[in-house]
This record gives sequence, structure tokens and C-alpha cells, in this order.
Amino acid sequence: MTTRAKKTAVLAAVMTVGFGGAAMAEPDLDAKLVINDELEMTTIVEPAPYLDGALDQVISGWHFRDAATRAMEMDDFENPAMNFVEDGLAAWDAVDGTEGKSCASCHGAIEEGMRGVRAVMPKYNEEAGDLWSLEEYINDCRVNRMGAEAWNWDKTPMKVMTAAIGVQSRGMPVNVAIDGPARPYWEQGKEMFYARTGLLQMSCASCHEENYGNYIRADHLSQGHLNGFPTLRLKKGSLVSTHNRLFGCVRDTRAESYPKGSAELKALELYVASRGNGLSVETPAVRP
Amino acid sequence: MRTLFALCAAAVTAFPSILSAETMPRDVMFSDHGEVAESLTGVPGNPEEGFKTATTKSLGNCVACHVANGWKDLPFPGNIGPDLTGVAHRYDEAHLRGILVNSKKTFHETVMPAFYNVDDIIRPGDRYTGKPAKSLDVTILTAQQIEDILALLMTFNEDH
Ligand code: HEC
Ligand code: HEC
Ligand code: HEC
Repeated sequence: MTTRAKKTAVLAAVMTVGFGGAAMAEPDLDAKLVINDELEMTTIVEPAPYLDGALDQVISGWHFRDAATRAMEMDDFENPAMNFVEDGLAAWDAVDGTEGKSCASCHGAIEEGMRGVRAVMPKYNEEAGDLWSLEEYINDCRVNRMGAEAWNWDKTPMKVMTAAIGVQSRGMPVNVAIDGPARPYWEQGKEMFYARTGLLQMSCASCHEENYGNYIRADHLSQGHLNGFPTLRLKKGSLVSTHNRLFGCVRDTRAESYPKGSAELKALELYVASRGNGLSVETPAVRP
Repeated sequence: MRTLFALCAAAVTAFPSILSAETMPRDVMFSDHGEVAESLTGVPGNPEEGFKTATTKSLGNCVACHVANGWKDLPFPGNIGPDLTGVAHRYDEAHLRGILVNSKKTFHETVMPAFYNVDDIIRPGDRYTGKPAKSLDVTILTAQQIEDILALLMTFNEDH
């Protein structure tokens, strides 16, 4: 057992005395995620060697949610995020901008044109000479190819489009590249992941590596993977973008956070995504 | 008269340490084991105030990470740290004060925040806004809030 696992076991024993143990179910690792009774998802994988043993197993955030929330993600009629995907699909076919084009004008059907795209984002863009997130590719097409306005990364039009594109990779393994020109970004993201920021002096690892499976107040801590993004927050009834979540997790250490779309959050996004390499893309996942 | 009053008020905010003989964060003396023997304020802590501070999210938020009989009626205490029931039997007052001021002097690299500390803060922020801190002298809790929570913890005996 790792130190963390040992600590969890001890704490679990303590909890049984302290709180009746009722609400403290460990993540249900036997549960199987099958979507619409046909699409079998990989929700637990062996950690990649570059994680240096930091995790015993790489576990999707789905396992850490309660049974009712998990069930919603298993059926597209129950998954409230599918309404937003519908909006994204409509936007895909809608003409916008001075060039009179829609996304479909160039990319064809989204099912073919965008299959597998989400699974490898963010990735290094040779032409731009920089690491790009999915949102950047979308805005590049809008501004430079359609003559349309860039979308705010955290507003509905962008979120529904990333959901519609993401779902085309559902079931495919997350597979971001970390070598070659992506390497420096990955290194930067890794450093950020372990930096203990803010007045609380906590790092991503403090919660998502040392304490996953434990509760911080009512929140059941997962390993903090990105394979379900954008996710649907039931509490808010809206989609949460990748950078919204990352911004919020840094902010919650009482730190000065990084702007959404910033170079820093993209580097962090790459590193965090790489920790989940091998998990199935679950976009759009359901969260409490 | 008005002006005089305003000046007095300004003086109180600017020099609280002089007026109340409060120990500033960088002046706190720790033993090798992380104990802090001296009261930070010289004013005895108030356990009721301590309870409020310990259970308020924007303040101590101890309940986010600790179970304790002392707050057993609150919903969903977290379990990142150990159960604090009976903690006054496990540590003396000086050690509990040290753990509250800066737990890292007792538990190396612990995830428990240092509640009265201004050193080694990376990207200090303004509360939970994500914006830069307005002052670098801000601590999570004030000296008196530390003493108040300490007074509460001292009531955490065997069953409490
Ligand atoms: C005028 C043609 C055109 C239009 C309209 C267009 N794109 Fe593109 N798009 C391209 C080209 C060309 C590329 C780069 C080709 C490549 O590298 O695959 C690209 C690349 C992309 C990529 C990156 C794909 C990858 O695998 O790297 C995404 C995502 C994308 N477009 C989304 C969209 C969306 C969403 C819209 C509508 C809002 C849109 N595009 C509209 C031509 C277009
Ligand atoms: C104080 C604890 C804490 C810290 C520190 C923290 N997070 Fe989180 N994070 C949470 C909580 C609580 C949630 C929601 C429950 C869950 O999935 O863990 C969450 C969720 C997430 C999710 C969404 C997971 C999913 O499956 O929906 C990601 C991704 C994430 N965090 C990344 C990070 C990154 C990157 C950092 C470091 C910048 C970080 N977190 C720091 C508490 C924290
Ligand atoms: C982010 C989670 C977190 C928060 C918030 C937190 N603690 Fe802790 N605390 C811990 C952990 C973890 C430990 C165990 C020390 C270690 O890392 O080995 C601990 C240990 C302790 C101990 C020693 C207990 C023992 O039996 O050894 C005391 C006392 C304590 N905390 C009090 C508090 C008080 C009071 C507050 C609120 C002002 C608080 N903690 C807030 C995580 C936390």
C-alpha cells in the first residue's frame, strides 16, 4: 500500500467510529460505466510510467460520484448535458461570420470531422509554435476562416461546441502527447501541479493525489482528471469548462489564480490531461 | 471632534499590535517540536467564538477536514485529518497553539494550513476571489481567533 492508501484505510476506520461510516463509502471501483447499454468505457487504468508511482491506479471521477449521479451519465436520455450537446450540433451547421460559412462547410459531418480530436487536446500546434487547447482551434477557425467573432472560453456558445466536439471522442482513450515540442509545457504543468499555492499552501496533489477518496467537507475528492470535460454541474444546471474548473481549484487555495485561456492554465491542462491518459473520454460527464 | 475620532480609529487599525501587545506572525517563538508556549495576545480565548471560527468556511473551516464530537451536529465533516475528539488529552496547550499557528512545524509537509503565517506563500490571493492579495500581511486567522479556537480545543476532552 502507498502511504496515502494506508492513511485512507486508517481514516476509514476512524470514520466508522466517528460518523457511523454511512456517508463514507469509498469510491465504488466495481461499478462499470456502459453508456446507452452499448458503449463500454475504460474508467480504471494502470498509471503511465511518467507518474513515477504517484497513483496506484488511474481512476475516472465517475467512480467518486454517488450512484444516482453515475446513473445519469449512463443514458443519454437521462444525461442533462445532452441538451447542450444538441445546441452545439446545431451551431456546427449554422452559418456565421462574413465568409458565409459554417463549421460543416469545411469539416463536413461532425461525427467524422471531429472524431478523436478531443482525445488529444491540448496539443502543440506547429504553425502557431505554441500549445493549443480545443477552444483555441475553434476560435482560430471562427476568426481566421469564418470571419466571425471569437467566443469567450467560459460562455455558453464555446461550452456547447466543445461538448458537441468532445462527445465525438466518447469511449476513445485520452491520449495527449507529452514529448517533443509539448515537453516544456508538460514540465511547466507538472511543476504547477505540485506547487503549494495560496494562503492555504495546498497543491493539486494535496487534494487529488494524497487525499482522493477522502472527503473535504461534503465533497468526495477524486483524482482530478479532465476526461469528462466540459462536465455538467447539476447544482448549477450548466456546463463547466476545463479552464473554469482549473481556475476554481487554484482559487480555492486562496491564491491568485491564472486567467482562463492563459498559457499557464493550458500547461496545467496538458499535464493534468496526461495523468488521465488511457481513460475513456467521457464528455459530457455529470457532476453534483 | 469628528476629525479627532477618525484619527483615533485609523491608529487602531494601523497599530493593533502596539495597542493589544499582539505577537506578529514572524515573531512567534516555536520550540523544536512546534510548540508555542506564549499566548499570542495575552487575552484568554473564548471557546464560543472559537466554535464559530472553527466551523465557518471563510475562517478556520476545521470542519472541512476534521470530525469532532465538539461539532457532531454539523452535517458532513470532512476526513482529511484525524478526529479531534479528545485532542486536549493528546497535546498540551502549547502544542495545540503551535499546531494552529503553523502545523508544519509539528507535522512535516502536512496539508493542514498554517493559520497564522505570512511566509512561503506562493501567489497569495485575496480571499476566495482568485485575484491577487491586497496585502501580504494577511493571515488566515487573527491572533485572537487562534486563541479562541485553542480555548475550544482545550474543551475537547475524552468525550468531547
Ligand atoms: C473555411 C474552412 C473552415 C471552417 C469554416 C472551419 N474550419 Fe476548423 N479547420 C479548418 C482547417 C483548414 C483546419 C486545420 C486543418 C487541420 O489541421 O486538420 C481546421 C482545424 C480545426 C480544428 C482542429 C482539428 C485538429 O484535429 O487539430 C478544430 C477543433 C476545428 N477546426 C473546429 C472548427 C469549428 C468548431 C468550426 C466552426 C465554428 C470550424 N472549425 C470552422 C477549416 C475550417
Ligand atoms: C482543497 C482541495 C483541492 C485542491 C487543492 C484542488 N482541488 Fe481540484 N477539486 C476539488 C474538489 C472538492 C473537486 C470536486 C470533487 C472532485 O472531483 O474531486 C475538484 C475537482 C477537480 C477536477 C474535476 C474532476 C472531475 O472528474 O470532475 C479537476 C480536473 C481538478 N479538480 C483539478 C485540480 C487541479 C489541477 C488542482 C491544482 C491546481 C486542483 N484540482 C486543486 C478540490 C481541490
Ligand atoms: C485541509 C485540511 C485541514 C484543515 C482545514 C485543518 N486541518 Fe488539522 N489536520 C489536518 C491533517 C491532515 C492533520 C494530520 C497531520 C498530518 O498531516 O500528519 C491535522 C492534524 C490536526 C491536529 C492534530 C490532531 C492529532 O490528533 O494529532 C489538530 C489539533 C488539528 N489538526 C486541528 C485543526 C484545527 C483546529 C483546524 C481549524 C482551525 C484544522 N485542524 C484545520 C488537516 C486539516
